[in-house]
Amino acid sequence: MSDTHKSHGLHFGLIGLLALAYFVLPAYHSGNLASVMVIAIYAMGYNLLFGYTGLLSLGHALFFSAGLYGLGLMMHLADWTPLPAFAAGLIAALVVSAVIGFLILRTTGVAFMIVTLMFAQAGYLTILYFGKYTRGDEGFALQQASRQIAGYDLSDPGVRYLCALVLFSVTLLGLAYIIRAPFGRTLVAIRENEERARMLGYNVTAIKLKAVILSGVVSGASGATYALLFGYAGATFATVQYSIFPLLWVLVGGAGTTVGPFVGALFMFYLIDYASGKTEAYLLVVGVTLVLVTLFLPHGIAGTIRTRFLRWLP
Amino acid sequence: MILTTRGLTKAYAGVKANTDVDFDLPAGQTRAIIGPNGAGKSTFVGMICGRIPATRGTVTFDGQDVTALPAHKRIERGMAYTFQITSVFPGLPVRENVALAARRRLGRNKAAVQDKTDEVLSRLNISERADQMAGDLSYGHQRILEIGMGLAQEPRLFILDEPTQGLAESEVEEFNTLIKTLDAETTILLIEHNMNVVMEVAEYITVLDQGMVLANGTPQEIRANAAVQEAYLGSGHA
Repeated sequence: MSDTHKSHGLHFGLIGLLALAYFVLPAYHSGNLASVMVIAIYAMGYNLLFGYTGLLSLGHALFFSAGLYGLGLMMHLADWTPLPAFAAGLIAALVVSAVIGFLILRTTGVAFMIVTLMFAQAGYLTILYFGKYTRGDEGFALQQASRQIAGYDLSDPGVRYLCALVLFSVTLLGLAYIIRAPFGRTLVAIRENEERARMLGYNVTAIKLKAVILSGVVSGASGATYALLFGYAGATFATVQYSIFPLLWVLVGGAGTTVGPFVGALFMFYLIDYASGKTEAYLLVVGVTLVLVTLFLPHGIAGTIRTRFLRWLP
Repeated sequence: MILTTRGLTKAYAGVKANTDVDFDLPAGQTRAIIGPNGAGKSTFVGMICGRIPATRGTVTFDGQDVTALPAHKRIERGMAYTFQITSVFPGLPVRENVALAARRRLGRNKAAVQDKTDEVLSRLNISERADQMAGDLSYGHQRILEIGMGLAQEPRLFILDEPTQGLAESEVEEFNTLIKTLDAETTILLIEHNMNVVMEVAEYITVLDQGMVLANGTPQEIRANAAVQEAYLGSGHA
């Protein structure tokens, strides 16, 4: 069996497992899993830029909230139906990431991290500034009546799970394809040795801009999906915390692996869920666990499995 | 002439690394650039391929003024460049290193990329290492791999910055043989310290000293040139 077949097997196997999980798991856990799939889309978007292109952004909450508010505001203020509003969310993320990408790619390394952080803070403050429409930190809820597609109620657990699964699968398979395609190989080349890639004749800046935009749009898709399925948009999602989360999910799950973002998001979700049920100092437990994972699994969960056992892991 | 420079100058904060270098390279020639340390050889080829912006002067490649073009556009037009300090993709397999070089030119044509990659790997006798990580190769093999990445681009001008630096005696022999077989296919511009290599492979030599052209000539002429002996070879050198 070739590596391509194996990775197809892995991806379709994971999707099949998730589909099956809905029927097997109790309602509480399948609800959690729907959330995890949505945030895993965010993590996959982040992974494209961090794990594959080697660009560490501390400002992805801006792209996530561009999608969240792009959809949310159109539904809340303009009474758009979900599908056009979803498209508005994607376009908002596209525009924001193209403009921001054009500016931030003039920097590299630590400066890149700082500038992405700054832009995201500016985005957060902009949301607060327009509090009249965005309702700031308090946020706004999307009415259940408006969250319907072709008569299906997106607040229904089954419909929601299916919707999350479909979008998760499309993202997983789409990104897996891109990463194997010449474009994705070039991203990895830039991560490995940018100057060498440039001196092979690749327009490194243009390729990195495409990566920022793609990563931003996928992150925005996650934000839009989140608002749509869970019926809420608020400025909290634009805070620095939400820029750090995808970094942690990807680091824990395995940067530069296709399934790592999902694994990391799942692991962190249940770690926080479990620890916060046991103690108020749950962030301490989370922190210690992260330190341990970093110490003993420096390539993350999926990354370590690849290094030690399965070299073919995509 | 495949490559011409006129008045090419690079100044770093007033200190000149190259001053008014006029240089002509006919298509098909194997040219060596020699000169003492600090003569400005790497800066000069850096300005040719676009890694280092020139302070003034022009670079003409294949009849077109490329002075204003960024490095990747010059590479696209048919230059290839190997770094003085080996530069490969250490975390990728050897095969993918070569494929990346071939793919930029051949694009989405998978079969053509694969054929070119296989051809280069077998030509350089590194086929059996194709699946190893490039970073795990010995230093000598990494240098050979980098040359392979150059070959995969089928360049019309192949610039090599001290390719034999750090190679073992036997590897230098192999390198000489390889360059001689390339001689018929492309124009080669070689910065080289190893005089045995220079005398064996170069058809013509340019000597740089203190950022300026000191002499041009065939290996015999350069060997006999008194000024060159003074500046570079040392008067005791036969």
